[in-house]
Amino acid sequence: MNMLEVENLWVKFPTRQGIFDAVRGVSFTLGKERLGIVGESGSGKSMTGRAILQLIRPPGIVEADYIKLEGQNLLDFSEPQMREVRGQRISMVMQDPKFSLNPVMTVGEQIMEAYLLHNNTSKAQARAKSIAMLEAVSIRDPERVMRAYPHEVSGGMGQRIMIAMMLIPDPQILIADEPTSALDVSVQRQVLDIMDALVKERGMGLIFISHDLNLVSEFCDRVLIMYAGRVVEVCDADKLHEASHPYTRGLLNSLPRLDQPRKHLEVLQRDPKWSEAPSVGGHS
Amino acid sequence: MSMIEIGNLDVWFGDGHDRVDAVRQASFSVAEGESFGLVGESGSGKSTILRAITGLAPTWSGQITIEGETLTGKARTRKFYKNVQMVFQDPYASLHPRHSVDQVLGETLHLHGFKDIDARVVKLLDDVGLGGRFRFRYPHQLSGGQRQRVAIARALAGEPDILLLDEPTSALDVSVQAEILNLLTDLRDERKLTYVMVSHDLAVVGHMCDRLAVMKDGEIVEVMSVDALRKMEASHPYSQALLKASIAA
Repeated sequence: MNMLEVENLWVKFPTRQGIFDAVRGVSFTLGKERLGIVGESGSGKSMTGRAILQLIRPPGIVEADYIKLEGQNLLDFSEPQMREVRGQRISMVMQDPKFSLNPVMTVGEQIMEAYLLHNNTSKAQARAKSIAMLEAVSIRDPERVMRAYPHEVSGGMGQRIMIAMMLIPDPQILIADEPTSALDVSVQRQVLDIMDALVKERGMGLIFISHDLNLVSEFCDRVLIMYAGRVVEVCDADKLHEASHPYTRGLLNSLPRLDQPRKHLEVLQRDPKWSEAPSVGGHS
Repeated sequence: MSMIEIGNLDVWFGDGHDRVDAVRQASFSVAEGESFGLVGESGSGKSTILRAITGLAPTWSGQITIEGETLTGKARTRKFYKNVQMVFQDPYASLHPRHSVDQVLGETLHLHGFKDIDARVVKLLDDVGLGGRFRFRYPHQLSGGQRQRVAIARALAGEPDILLLDEPTSALDVSVQAEILNLLTDLRDERKLTYVMVSHDLAVVGHMCDRLAVMKDGEIVEVMSVDALRKMEASHPYSQALLKASIAA
C-alpha cells in the first residue's frame, strides 16, 4: 500500500539569471517504511520534503504530475485544505530546534497549542496528552519541561520536544529534515531510537532527509541518493555500501574511517553527466 | 621540547551560584609537529580549552605553557598571536561579511607587520588552493569550503607554528570535508605545524591526529594514541561508549 506517491516533481525559482531548478523530475512512492533521502547541501533534498507539504513560498514554483496522499492529489488542495493536511496527516521535523521552537512561549504551551489546534478538547486533557507525549520521547521530568522555555533545554531535548509536538496529532507520515544533524553522536542515537520506535508502533511512513550516508544506511529501509536536483540512485539501505553510482561511491569514499587509516582522503571528482542523466524512479 | 603544556587547567564562567566549571583539572602536552585531538560531546569543555589558550576565556587557573613561555590571564603578546592561530567552526560566521578576501588577508598581514603584503596575499591564496581569482570576492560569493580555506589562509598569514582547529569541518559536506582535511594534512607536512584539533567526530580525529584526549563534563577522562583507538582499546567506559556510537553510525 502506498501512502504517498510523488510523480515528476519540479521545484523552480525564478532568478535574474533565469529559472533555477532546485528539484528536477523526482518520482518516488512511500509505504509504511523508512525512506531516506541523502545528498549534499544544494542537492534539493530539503526542497523535496518541503514541496510535498507545499511549504515553498512564492516566487518558488512547485510542479508535478501528481503528489498523491492516499489517492488524493495534494496539488488540487486549497490552502485551508492543506492546513488540514499539515501536522494532522503529514508532519515535519526541522533541523534545528533552536529556530523552530517559539522562544517566548513555554514548551508546554507550544505542545498544547499544537494539540488544541487539531482537537476540540479541554485544556486539561491537552495537558495530560502533552505530558504523555513528552514521556513517550523519553523526557524524564515532563512536568518541569512543560514549564521550561526553549532556551532552558538542551539541543537533544529540544529536538525530542519537536518530535513530540509533531507526533501529537497522530500523523500518517513524518518528514524529518536532518533531525539529528545539530546533535551529538550519543544523543543522536537516542533521538533516532525514539523516532524508530514511534514509527513502528504507529505504522507511520517516514521520510528521513540527511546528508549522513552512514546514518541513513543504518536507520532506513530504502534510500534515494540525490545530486543536483535529481535522484541518481535508489537502493536498499543495507546495500548502500555496494552502491554503484560513482557519486554515491565518491561520497562513501570521502569519509574518514577508523578501520582504514590513510594519508589522504579521496576527493569527489564531479562528472557533469551526473546532473544531465534523467532521474531514477524511486517506486517501491 | 613540547610545544604546548597544559597543567591542572580550570576554566569557569560566572560567579557564586551561577558559576559553571567548564573545564576541571585538565592536563596534557603536545609535542612539536604533533597533531593532538580533543573529542567529547557539546558542553564537555573541549572548545573552552582552546579559548583559554588564546585568551578568549579570561577566567582560568592552572598552567598553560606555549613554546616554553608561561601564559597568564587573558593578555597575550604579539609574538603569541604570530605563533598560535585558530580556525573556527563556522566559516559563515568567522569572516567579515563586508570585507573582501583581499581585505581580510591584507589586514591580517598588516597587523603581523609584514611589508610585502601584495605578494603574500597571492601566495597565501595559492597555498590553500584558491588561486588569484578569489582575491576580490566577498564571503557571500564563496561556498562553505572556500570560506573555510580563506579562514585557514588567514590563520597561516603570520606563519604560525601552532594551529588550533575548532571543529574546522563540521559545518561542511563530507566531500568538502575530505578536501579541507587533505589541505590541513598537506599544510602540516609542508610547514611542520603543530595541531590541536577539537571535534565531536571520532573518525575525523582518528584520521588527522596522532593522540587524543576524550573529555566528559569538563574533565579529560582519557588520553590515548590513535593506534589504541583503532584497536578499540579505550579503557574508560565513556570513551568506549563514544567509540561504539561512532563505529555503528
